[in-house]
Amino acid sequence: MNLLEVAHLQKSFDDTVVLRDISFHVEQGSVVSIIGPSGSGKSTLLRCMTMLEAADSGSIQYGDMQMYVPLANGGCTYADRQTLKAIKQQFGLVFQNFNLFPHMNVMSNLIEAPVHVLGIKKAEAIEYARTLLAKVGLSDKETAYPCELSGGQQQRVAIARALAMKPNILFFYEPTSALDPELTGEILKVIRSLAEEDMTMVIVTHEMAFAHDVSDKVIFMDGGVIVEQGDPRDVMDHPKNERTKAFLSRITEN
Amino acid sequence: MEQFFEYIGKMLSLMGEGIGNSLLIFAMTLLFSLPLGLFVSFGRMSKYKIVSMLVKFYISVMRGTPLMLQIIVIYFCPYYLFGVSVAEDARFPIILAFVLNYAAYFAEIYRGGIESISKGQYEAAGVLGLSKPRTFMRIVLPQVIKRILPSVTNEIITLVKDTSLAQILLTEEMFSLAKIIAAKETSIAPLLVAGLFYYIFNLLIAFVMGRVEKKLNYYQ
Repeated sequence: MNLLEVAHLQKSFDDTVVLRDISFHVEQGSVVSIIGPSGSGKSTLLRCMTMLEAADSGSIQYGDMQMYVPLANGGCTYADRQTLKAIKQQFGLVFQNFNLFPHMNVMSNLIEAPVHVLGIKKAEAIEYARTLLAKVGLSDKETAYPCELSGGQQQRVAIARALAMKPNILFFYEPTSALDPELTGEILKVIRSLAEEDMTMVIVTHEMAFAHDVSDKVIFMDGGVIVEQGDPRDVMDHPKNERTKAFLSRITEN
Repeated sequence: MEQFFEYIGKMLSLMGEGIGNSLLIFAMTLLFSLPLGLFVSFGRMSKYKIVSMLVKFYISVMRGTPLMLQIIVIYFCPYYLFGVSVAEDARFPIILAFVLNYAAYFAEIYRGGIESISKGQYEAAGVLGLSKPRTFMRIVLPQVIKRILPSVTNEIITLVKDTSLAQILLTEEMFSLAKIIAAKETSIAPLLVAGLFYYIFNLLIAFVMGRVEKKLNYYQ
């Protein structure tokens, strides 16, 4: 079953076309990695799927819910509020810079949305937050403030905060890019353990070895198009397209 | 030494009513201009150009002309605009002028604070499904308050001293009374006593605000 289907997505900023005719799908329980050089449109694609940016045309479908309604001129606009609200509860997003709420301690960061958006009882939300903190190895940091944590710990809290909303799909936007190299391991370990639990995830990343390892599908983007997509053993080990080959050899050289 | 304190006590009792009015102007101005300033800053940041332009103009007038002039204009404006006699109790138009003036300053302080909050905070709250009002009240405003506290302390201290401008319309104001007593006694001492009062009051404010700042230091 497909949890997410993106079809013919287009997006321009002024005169610059950032996404041209992007189509792919995400199956339940699968891990999809999006790779490609900077400026390829990966981040805009992720921002469209998480409603931080609106596409010009095309469709994004979560389950049987459409994020956009088509317009007569061929473009698209956001669906009604009810639908958008329901779609928002389908996904979670982990940012590059964590974006934890600095004035709230770890527990408050985790329960703010479950209590006030989903209407879960506070005691229940706290209980679930504790199991999530145990999962990311931060049970002892419940009352700590983000500024007291390392970057890796902050990112693990951010992952737990996203999971607290019980999303069907979890998006990661370069989750290790803001971290010191020795801290990336702890984040990748958490993502790996989520993959083992069949959490559906879409990861924009520069960690090629990790993407190769953990993904069921790899999407290589360049110049606003999907150049190649498929099993990582095909796309990354035996790329067919010249652009994919060039990108991968550039990355492995470094 | 005993005589010194006796003198100060005598002066303060002579200025009693004036001190009361100065404190009233101070308290009322803070009470109304702090929340009003927040709404003015919303207007200043409005996506509707006409609103933001009008508010920008209001702020520029309030900051660009003397508060003393604003007090006089607001006091006499009912007479010139509508032909009705000026307020019997000058304290009301004085407080109104102070509120309008300080709201403009506070609005710019709020705006600076609000604009300094990173986009990521709004995005994180939005993706979690928090509504816009909730995002502002729970996520943005608490961080803004911490950031603007030093500037707000500055304004409050200025306000304490600015209350002396009320003397233009109000005889029962601390500085007015100090001047009258000073003229009567042909001595500068009553003015120094008034100065001492402002100074001690501001020390108190700096102390209290320092405590509040320390309290908000639990995060970076």
